[in-house]
Amino acid sequence: MELTSILLKIVFAVLMIVVVMTMAGYSVLIERKVSSWVQGRVGPNRTAPFLVNYIPFIGPLLVRMGIFQPMADGLKFLFKEEITPGHVNKTYYFLAPILALVPALTTMVVIPFGQYTDPSTGASNPLMLAPLDIGILFIFAVSSLGVYGIVLAGWSSNNKYSFLGAIRSSAQMISYELSLGLSVFPLFLWLNAPGVEGGLGLNAVVDYQQNFWFIFVQPLSALLFLVAIFAETNRLPFDMAESETDLVGGFHTEYGCFKFGIFFVAEYAHIVIGSALFTLLFLGGWHFLPGLSDPWPAGWIGAVLSTIWFLVKTVILIVFFVLIRWTLPRFRYDQVMKLGWTILLPLAIGNLILNAIIIALIDSQ
Amino acid sequence: MAETKVIERKPLSLSERTYLPQIVSGLKTTISHMFKPSVTLQYPEERPPIPKGYRGVPTLVKDPNGREKCVSCQLCEFVCPPRAIRITPGEIPEGSESEHVEKGPEEFEINMLRCIYCGLCQEVCPEEAIFLQDVFSLSGYSREELVNKKDKLYELGGTLPDSHFKWDKKKAAEEAALAGGHH
Repeated sequence: MELTSILLKIVFAVLMIVVVMTMAGYSVLIERKVSSWVQGRVGPNRTAPFLVNYIPFIGPLLVRMGIFQPMADGLKFLFKEEITPGHVNKTYYFLAPILALVPALTTMVVIPFGQYTDPSTGASNPLMLAPLDIGILFIFAVSSLGVYGIVLAGWSSNNKYSFLGAIRSSAQMISYELSLGLSVFPLFLWLNAPGVEGGLGLNAVVDYQQNFWFIFVQPLSALLFLVAIFAETNRLPFDMAESETDLVGGFHTEYGCFKFGIFFVAEYAHIVIGSALFTLLFLGGWHFLPGLSDPWPAGWIGAVLSTIWFLVKTVILIVFFVLIRWTLPRFRYDQVMKLGWTILLPLAIGNLILNAIIIALIDSQ
Repeated sequence: MAETKVIERKPLSLSERTYLPQIVSGLKTTISHMFKPSVTLQYPEERPPIPKGYRGVPTLVKDPNGREKCVSCQLCEFVCPPRAIRITPGEIPEGSESEHVEKGPEEFEINMLRCIYCGLCQEVCPEEAIFLQDVFSLSGYSREELVNKKDKLYELGGTLPDSHFKWDKKKAAEEAALAGGHH
């Protein structure tokens, strides 16, 4: 491989990390702002770096929207005193936050986020770091590693609340991973149905949704996938891992300062990746609207526009995540398990079989 | 005896067991709340409206002529349940404008660490000199700082309108008596 293409890959990778981390930071802001609006509050509206308040009109507006709050939040984690409790297993204690963040950031390698149409040839290529053919398998394989970070954190903290949180979280993630995987199987069945050239890549799913979105064709799959994503990202109503009311802080009770910050970022990176994945699988990715052809012009402008449209859908989903948080109370642990094993899993399997039968019937005619 | 009504608990219907309609109606509530105006008061910049008759920090007030109204009768000191008030009575120096007033406080202390904001001092004061006004936040770095001295009390109290001018009337009556000789 020539040097320039390697350099280009590195630049793209750095850019992607910057974008995802920024989005993780700003989804914290979305969380805080939307939460406060739902509760009739104002939310963060004071953080103003030097002189921003003196920019007429725009400056105070940005400050009121809390645009600079994520920076202050991040810096707070950096400048806090680094405390390591005496009773922890140091190696695993320090390893756990890294293990939580790495899978969250690795999954984004195979996530396509836009399309580039060559002006001369008219061929369109998805924008992604690694055009893997097995995108969805890669994501399931890597994102399930995220549970190791939580288990290690709970175990090495040597604290009963952390331990309970980790146990709950690992049980929950393993239970819901099944329905997560099974719920998207029908999509890939259709994608690889006889006569369709699909594969397991995420760009193939998006290409397939050129004229219709999967959420309208496969609403049950979409629902199961959404519920499973909520459980996988440990969001309310499934935040068993850190239910503050009964577990102090859950698996990160013993973590403070920057180590906690990494857990925090990993959690929100999971939400960003989960929303992006749902957008790709069910909301047509960067395609404009169901039934309409894409208005993106050829060349880089179109690429940027398609990326922005994809990000808009992702952000709407993130807001939806937050709204659900303030709508539903937390499930009890046994309810979570019951929902996962006795309702979601049979439904996912039934949905898979139904779709397989339909495809077989169409094929036999 | 009150009549007991047993409400029958119906089994959940299918749509209720999926939770989905309930989640949708819950989301409707959440989203509608999102667009309601916020109830936040931006506190240090915006202050809450203080209702009339609010009992804030006790203060000393002057009359519209700038005369301190307290005559150091010490009634408030005696009535104060937590004994937060301490008054050192003093003479009013001769030749001053309010010479005709019998006495004035030389020192007037209200210990805000003891004060319970009961308002008895305001109620008992025969001169309408002490008022619990609208100051509600009080802070300091030391115990000494939280004992309000006379100048602090007048600074907090300011001037309130007076409808009596009791001592001025008395002075005028005395002068009239001196001049006219008849009562």
